[in-house]
Amino acid sequence: MRPDDGTTVNSVLLRAEELRREVGGKTIVRLASFTLRAGEVVAITGPSGAGKSSVLRLLNRLDAPTAGRVWLEGLETTGLAVRELRRRVGMVMQQANLFPGTVAENVRYGPALRDESMTGDQVEELLSTVGLGGYAERDVSGLSGGEAQRVSLARTLANRPQVLLLDEPTSALDDAAKMVVEEALRAAMEKVEGACLIVTHDAAQAARLAQRTLVMREGVLRDDALDAMESEGGNV
Amino acid sequence: MFDHWLHSLGLHSLSLHSQVALGLGQALVVSALALGVAWLGRLRKLELGRETALALVRGLLQMLAIGLILVWLLKGAAWWSVPALAVMCATAARMAQRRAKGVPRSYWLCLRAIGTGSAVVIATMALTRVIAFKSMALVPLGSMIIANSMNTCSQVLERYSSDLKLNAGRVEASLALGASASVAALPYARNATNAALIPSLNSLRSLGIVWIPGFAAGMLLTGSDPVYTAIYQFMVIAMIYAASGVTALVAASGYERGAFKEERLVASR
Repeated sequence: MRPDDGTTVNSVLLRAEELRREVGGKTIVRLASFTLRAGEVVAITGPSGAGKSSVLRLLNRLDAPTAGRVWLEGLETTGLAVRELRRRVGMVMQQANLFPGTVAENVRYGPALRDESMTGDQVEELLSTVGLGGYAERDVSGLSGGEAQRVSLARTLANRPQVLLLDEPTSALDDAAKMVVEEALRAAMEKVEGACLIVTHDAAQAARLAQRTLVMREGVLRDDALDAMESEGGNV
Repeated sequence: MFDHWLHSLGLHSLSLHSQVALGLGQALVVSALALGVAWLGRLRKLELGRETALALVRGLLQMLAIGLILVWLLKGAAWWSVPALAVMCATAARMAQRRAKGVPRSYWLCLRAIGTGSAVVIATMALTRVIAFKSMALVPLGSMIIANSMNTCSQVLERYSSDLKLNAGRVEASLALGASASVAALPYARNATNAALIPSLNSLRSLGIVWIPGFAAGMLLTGSDPVYTAIYQFMVIAMIYAASGVTALVAASGYERGAFKEERLVASR
């Protein structure tokens, strides 16, 4: 999935077209259009308040767009049951927001919603991916901020999402924890078979993790790749 | 039963005028005590005087008005109690609504919750003749049930809305993992419902051990059979608990419907 790993970047997995979000007469997202291809890691950067996180929330319908459309594998997402959409488009938030209980209970949460069980080995494998091997039975109340964020990442991966949305996943962490979580993110991106979209205000982090960077300013996000594709009349 | 208990106060032997004079005298003594407390508060720089005086005057006038209405109501036909209880529900909903700031259409939600909880229990008890179908029984018992349902409704809405606001991140994390709104909100709905029912549940648990309701004291004073009195008190408190339970469930589910839209949390945003 990384640009230097030889993975093929191929068909469009997710496409957002002219997304707009208004709340109480205030425009949060003015216009957001972009594509994510299978195997791609794309970063969205921009100043605080530009609407970066709001765009992510429109993709898995945690917020409803005022206008615009989103396609996942060529199917408009309004045609998908919202719970199925959220399984396929997983999201890691700025805060870990773990549920009270053990690390393993958190990891099993998503599959359990669909009556799917995870074996201890499967949980352990996911935790190892994010550098938390042996943490399964720990209570989440005793975890550091970085550890909690990695559990949150493993919890999202347990749903086997096609698209992984990462909303400023290291912004609440100190520098040491940030680097550890970034390592976990790299490992997670390898594990996701689809695509990743990371929102970060840190341009250096975007360069380290993503193949392409889109810049959002004052609620506007345009994707040059999409523009080129449209002008060529390509199939998106 | 209830008229019997009213007579237990011993006032039936006095004329109406002397009863009122006695009552006003007693009210003066109690008001002086409350004002004394307000004066003590002033010593600790707590400005309670004006508010206490106003509350005392208001409370006395309200109770005098209610007393006059009760005189008319309790002697009337049983069906008169239906509009009387409906007015009580509407007023209770208005009072519960004040504690439900930020809850959309909170008045109708409170009215639905209190009305359903109270109506289901009062109607069931009246139809099964557990309580007599007379204004004398329906109004006082109904008012107790409505008052408790009002408290339950306030507590459920206040707790549920504040917990959802405090835990919005966790709720959205749960939704983002594919949970339905009711699953994501379940821990907070459960906490709110349990917390709101604790007073009623405690009343049931401690009945006869920690407290004996005023009703029971009156019945015993009038010479009712102590065992029947005990059973009757249990019944009243169980009715209050049942009504509170229904109210809590209706309030929680109604709030949840407004707090989420298409599996999105909209209440705290």
